[in-house]
Amino acid sequence: MTYPKPSFSQATPAPAPVAAAPTAPPPAKSLFLPELGRRAKAVAETVIPPLLTLLVALAIWQAVIGDSYTGLPSPKQVWTDSKDLILHPFYDNGGVDKGLAWHVFTSLKRVGVGFSISAVCGILLGVFVGSNRWAHRGLDPIFQVLRTVPPLAWLPISLAAFHQAQPSALFVIFITSIWPIIINTAVGVRNIPSDYVNVAKVLRLSPVEYFFKILLPATTPYIFTGLRIGIGMSWLAIVASEMLLGGVGIGFFIWDQYNASRIADIIVALAWVGVTGFFLDRLVALVGHFVSRGSAAS
Amino acid sequence: MAKAYLSIENVGVTFTKGAARSEVLTGIDLKVEKGEFVSIIGHSGCGKSTLLNVVAGLTPVTTGAVILDRQEVNAPGPDRAVVFQNHSLLPWLSVRENVSLAVDKVFGRTKSAAERRDWTLHNLDLVKMGHALDKRPSEISGGMKQRVGIARALAMEPKVLLLDEPFGALDALTRAHLQDSVMEIHAALKNTVLMITHDVDEATLLSDRIVMMTNGPRARVGQILDVALPRPRDRLAVAEHPTYVHARAAVIEFLYARRAA
Repeated sequence: MTYPKPSFSQATPAPAPVAAAPTAPPPAKSLFLPELGRRAKAVAETVIPPLLTLLVALAIWQAVIGDSYTGLPSPKQVWTDSKDLILHPFYDNGGVDKGLAWHVFTSLKRVGVGFSISAVCGILLGVFVGSNRWAHRGLDPIFQVLRTVPPLAWLPISLAAFHQAQPSALFVIFITSIWPIIINTAVGVRNIPSDYVNVAKVLRLSPVEYFFKILLPATTPYIFTGLRIGIGMSWLAIVASEMLLGGVGIGFFIWDQYNASRIADIIVALAWVGVTGFFLDRLVALVGHFVSRGSAAS
Repeated sequence: MAKAYLSIENVGVTFTKGAARSEVLTGIDLKVEKGEFVSIIGHSGCGKSTLLNVVAGLTPVTTGAVILDRQEVNAPGPDRAVVFQNHSLLPWLSVRENVSLAVDKVFGRTKSAAERRDWTLHNLDLVKMGHALDKRPSEISGGMKQRVGIARALAMEPKVLLLDEPFGALDALTRAHLQDSVMEIHAALKNTVLMITHDVDEATLLSDRIVMMTNGPRARVGQILDVALPRPRDRLAVAEHPTYVHARAAVIEFLYARRAA
């Protein structure tokens, strides 16, 4: 039997044709452009699909509603009815006659205050519930029941308690958004790996050192999960509570336009509410990403 | 008779969960001299980790006592530093910070800030991790994490170094490297070491004595084997050594005869 003699000559690479060299692009350009191209591609890949989806949705909406003047306005109708509102978010004619940006801004301030209080209280309570077995047994079922109470149901109670609109609105935001913060923080504390606890024991860390050096960093991803859910809830609550409270604010704006039967304006306001809520969520996720040095999901 | 440096006396551990009681260890007696390297070997679930946790003070004894340097052990402390099986480095701290956390806590009163910094670096150099000071645990390999874990334990200057299956999760080559490192460190510093393992070769290569535990529940010390191999030991040279071969065979005999029984 004969085998073909192995030929090793092909293993050595053929010399590159000399003529190819001058056609290579200049190095400075080739270093910069591909990087820019990659970035642009990445941005396009995240931005274009949702934009296309939006266009398709608007097209279907337009096709289904048509140009009838009853009930829900078509996208074209919204544009003609609420052009001023869309194009001038910052106008201010005094009173409650302001651009949508001002309404959103006022609502955001309320959320900022209410949510800050609930974040501080929620984290502290969560640590307490998570680290104390009896506190957990006693309080967790109650939290689980209270967290299902919708924001609107808290409103009459807080009005009865505070008699004034402003603190009532804040309380509704607070009480709506605190539960996920408590519950997630507590879960985080209960899930601190026993290894970390053992390290702390071997080092004989004091309770204060344990809190700052082990408990808080180990729980950060859970806390930010709670904060993200919480900020979403508080944004839901602000719209609901302002609807009944009146004054400046995106929630009251919606209620006001409903009473004036300006559905197109409500649709524009809804877009503002949604986009603002989206950016609030992103903001908390981003903060969480930096605070936890990348271990919290963003 | 002089008291041993580390003395485990008639230790028994019973866990109670509700009405269920499980007796994990019973009547464990073990004396370890200063500078000795002792391995505890046994099948999974025989309670060898529990025994280590008892010495560490992380698990309370039900009966008996552990006495280290004439003091009874009843709480965890840095004089019994533990290298945990899964390294247990804090992921939000860098390599350097993980060690300096221990150094600052243990020597906060007795060493100056500069001394503590040097001591941290010294211990990381000892385990050959001086090149990755500012890396986070997630950025280094499993073997490197375990090296940092050893550096953290060594930096506490423990009276006894407790190794809880320190190389169990590593691949064979990395494990061999780390075993060599541990032998070098032990030769240089003369630490007293108590190591849990289920690897017969590891136990034979590293130890002065091998403590073989019976299967749980109610595990006890089955047999203690002296490994009278001269140090320093070289894993290649020692593999053919009659003492090594004999010791290894004896341990395997014990483990598998017991399992069959």
